[in-house]
Amino acid sequence: MPSIDPKAFILGCSAIGAGLAAIAGIGPGIGQGYAAGKGAEAVGRQPEAQGDIIRTMILGQAIAETTGIYGLIIAIILLFVRPLLGAL
Amino acid sequence: MRIELILNLFGREIFLPDTIVNTWIIVVLLSIFAFYVNRQVKKARVEDKPSGFLNFIELLVEGVESLVESTMGKDKLGFAPYIGTLALYLVVANLFGLLGFTPPTSDYSVPFTLALITFVLTQYYGIKSKGAGSYFKGFFEPFWPMFPLNVIGELANPISLSFRLFGNILSGVIIMGLLYTALAQLSIIVAPVITPVFHAYFDVFAGVIQTFIFIMLTMVFISMAMDD
Repeated sequence: MPSIDPKAFILGCSAIGAGLAAIAGIGPGIGQGYAAGKGAEAVGRQPEAQGDIIRTMILGQAIAETTGIYGLIIAIILLFVRPLLGAL
Repeated sequence: MRIELILNLFGREIFLPDTIVNTWIIVVLLSIFAFYVNRQVKKARVEDKPSGFLNFIELLVEGVESLVESTMGKDKLGFAPYIGTLALYLVVANLFGLLGFTPPTSDYSVPFTLALITFVLTQYYGIKSKGAGSYFKGFFEPFWPMFPLNVIGELANPISLSFRLFGNILSGVIIMGLLYTALAQLSIIVAPVITPVFHAYFDVFAGVIQTFIFIMLTMVFISMAMDD
């Protein structure tokens, strides 16, 4: 059985890790969708307050997005900076 | 277009990536713009109706001022120049990708610097308006074992604020790069047809929304530190 090159092994595992880190996008997706649905409900109930509702909704969605962005940053670091290669 | 410089300073080589160069291009452009507007405003007469260009500038200034007033309250209208500068710089920086440059905000040093400015402003005005005693007492609310959590929560603000902007713009840059590479493999005619839609989303939409969120959160943080 041929042995695996350690560099290739680490690169492959980093790619798997990046893919797993990107799963973090599920949570913000659900949260943002929920906020958008509530925003649509609020506009339907009170169309004259549309500007305020949209502003509040976007602000809340930006906060909800934070955890997803953390996952994305970890995925980007794993793929492009490759910190684990330095441990060889 | 990539402009990169290697600076020779005191016998040591300092590498300046293209995002730093682009930052200075934006600074020069905005300074020229500011000088031009200043000249136009000085030339304008009060009795006349404002002309097309000055009308647009007035709209911009009034928009920023009304946003600051509705978010922070009438007593904090003094922050409007800072917020307006931040908004102008961030919009131009995020939309710089449309011209083929790398957006400066895709380099983590730029968003982190802006977030640090917000952090320092938050702490300074928090101490100034509440007094040092009640400011430090705020860390022990609601009871003293919460102290480490409160400190971490305060320190996490600039990090989450900068990562949000950085992650959004960098992911746009990476996806556009992948798309251009893939389309170049396919055919050179396809790229101009398909990419405008993605530019509209990743550069224009995400850039403007992230600018708005950054200035909104800056205002909310500062007014929260000053009020309660």
